[in-house]
Amino acid sequence: MRLSAKARENIAGWLFVAPVIVILGLFMLLPILMAMWVSLTDWNGQGSPFKSGVPFVGVDNYAKLFTDDGLTRQDFMTSVRNNIYYVGIVVPVQTVLALGLALVVNARMLKGKGFFRAAFFFPSVTSSVAISVVFLFIFASSGAVNNLLAFFGIQGPQWFADARGILHLALGGLGLVDVDNPPSWLTDGGPFGLSWWDWLAGPSVAMSTIMLLVIWTTSGTFMLMFLAALQDIPVTLEEASMLDGAGRWKRLRYVTLPMLKPTLFLVLTMGIIATWQVFDQVYVMSQGAPGKTTLTPAYLSYTQAFDNFEYGTGTAISFVLFAIIVLFTIAQRWLLRERNA
Amino acid sequence: MATVRADHGARTVASTFVGYFILIFFALVFIYPFVIQLSASFKTEPNAALNPLNPVPDPFVTDAYHKVFLSTDMPLWLGNSLIVTIAITLGRVLLDSMAGYALARLRFRGRKALFSAVIAILAVPGVVLFIPKFLVLKQFGMYDTYTALILPIIADAGGVFIMKQFFESIPRSVEEAARIDGAGTWRTFWSVVLPMGRPALITLTIISFQSSWNELPHSLVAVQSPDLYTLPRGLAVLVSGSLGSGNQYPLKLGAAVLATIPVAIIFVVFQRYFVRGANEGADK
Repeated sequence: MRLSAKARENIAGWLFVAPVIVILGLFMLLPILMAMWVSLTDWNGQGSPFKSGVPFVGVDNYAKLFTDDGLTRQDFMTSVRNNIYYVGIVVPVQTVLALGLALVVNARMLKGKGFFRAAFFFPSVTSSVAISVVFLFIFASSGAVNNLLAFFGIQGPQWFADARGILHLALGGLGLVDVDNPPSWLTDGGPFGLSWWDWLAGPSVAMSTIMLLVIWTTSGTFMLMFLAALQDIPVTLEEASMLDGAGRWKRLRYVTLPMLKPTLFLVLTMGIIATWQVFDQVYVMSQGAPGKTTLTPAYLSYTQAFDNFEYGTGTAISFVLFAIIVLFTIAQRWLLRERNA
Repeated sequence: MATVRADHGARTVASTFVGYFILIFFALVFIYPFVIQLSASFKTEPNAALNPLNPVPDPFVTDAYHKVFLSTDMPLWLGNSLIVTIAITLGRVLLDSMAGYALARLRFRGRKALFSAVIAILAVPGVVLFIPKFLVLKQFGMYDTYTALILPIIADAGGVFIMKQFFESIPRSVEEAARIDGAGTWRTFWSVVLPMGRPALITLTIISFQSSWNELPHSLVAVQSPDLYTLPRGLAVLVSGSLGSGNQYPLKLGAAVLATIPVAIIFVVFQRYFVRGANEGADK
């Protein structure tokens, strides 16, 4: 008996997708389901987490992150604070830098576009580990950056050993508070076991170097995306606006930027998703030190599981991180939605 | 009128000048760290610490590279990285394009649902999968093997997406001619469709090579024995523990140079495919 053409195409289709389904199913879907179970247990990494001896603790692992007063919550909230500042600074800066570079590279009169495009893009294709090594060297206490600062008569900090928050430094610099002796109404209480004073620290000097590194590596990719979008803007549209007498800034504001809106939206979304997951750089450069100011939820989840054998807490942190990313993405979509009057 | 035009011309010259100034400044910022890295790897240790900004190694020594190859596991790391990267790249190119083709062209039941599943998987952040992947590898008895390094990431949703988009963009007529000549689905795919897909295949090859060559977290959760370290893992171990202190920098930077070279070569040769890859990412 011969199969009909339709049946054969049905079988062929499934055979073609089968390998990908098996791989993604076994190593993406199944692990997530297993991890959901583990996040409800106290499994310590010995044997299988599905044996009967593994203590089931319900939502305790999640409670430890949010409601139970203790070291776990303090570490987790510190990592969330660090990452909030990290996202809040890296995403806008890299987006503006990428857009600015794209606008300049795209200018019609310029020669050597190809070279500049390649120069800006190259850091983003190289290994994050290798780049982290380079930045450790450049920001070493007697390294290139501090040498350069010394040339201008500035004494650079010990970048990777400096746990001082830059917001604290700014407040102290303006003379608003005494950093060594902060007012008690800031230190006495605050949400989730962290004092207001700690929440308002800003990124530490050490974290700032990681932020610089990431801005430096990822701006190139986003520049390319803006560049592609700029090249899709019809030349006639720009010429029409020039004939109408629109100046450079007006043209940027009313012609170019509106055309770039979908790309801008995308760059912000990708930026937020990526910055909440910062891991490689922390792993190589700082391991959360100094003073836990470069701790991030991704890194904390990893160390809880693989260094402290607290797999339950580790997986719980990764699911909370997942939820944070989803919430941020939704919030960003809502904020940037088309406002039709 | 003349003055207006002259004024306009002067402004254009000025803005071109400013444009170049900005570009050259940023090009230096983006490229100079690599210059420093390369030159420091040929410096002596005291010289690297004393003159980190100087792009010229004086004296020029290759001690760091001798040491990297003789007193670290660099040869092993390079070998492991090569095996893992080649296996993953070949696997992804074949499996992703098969699935992409089926999703783009073949009419089979459940196709739409499958495509939605691929999109959903694309949205799962990678860090969420660290511990889950470890759990599954342990459960299957694969933990700490080459299989663990390769198999879980031998297919990826992003690649399937890129190939599906590509196959949808090429005309059906050629395939249909092959079908009428009696070629089966596999024959049509292998000898008609794939050869037409060359640009997309090169793009996918490059993205896969680059991402698996640079991959750190997967190695951290898949293996623990030093015999299975890939280059990024080995490099991370080599560096950690001496945070920011000035010792052994030529050695570490030399090792980092070796990790950068393969991707740098591919970048120079296939730059336009990299650019295409970055923009494919944009279409997601």
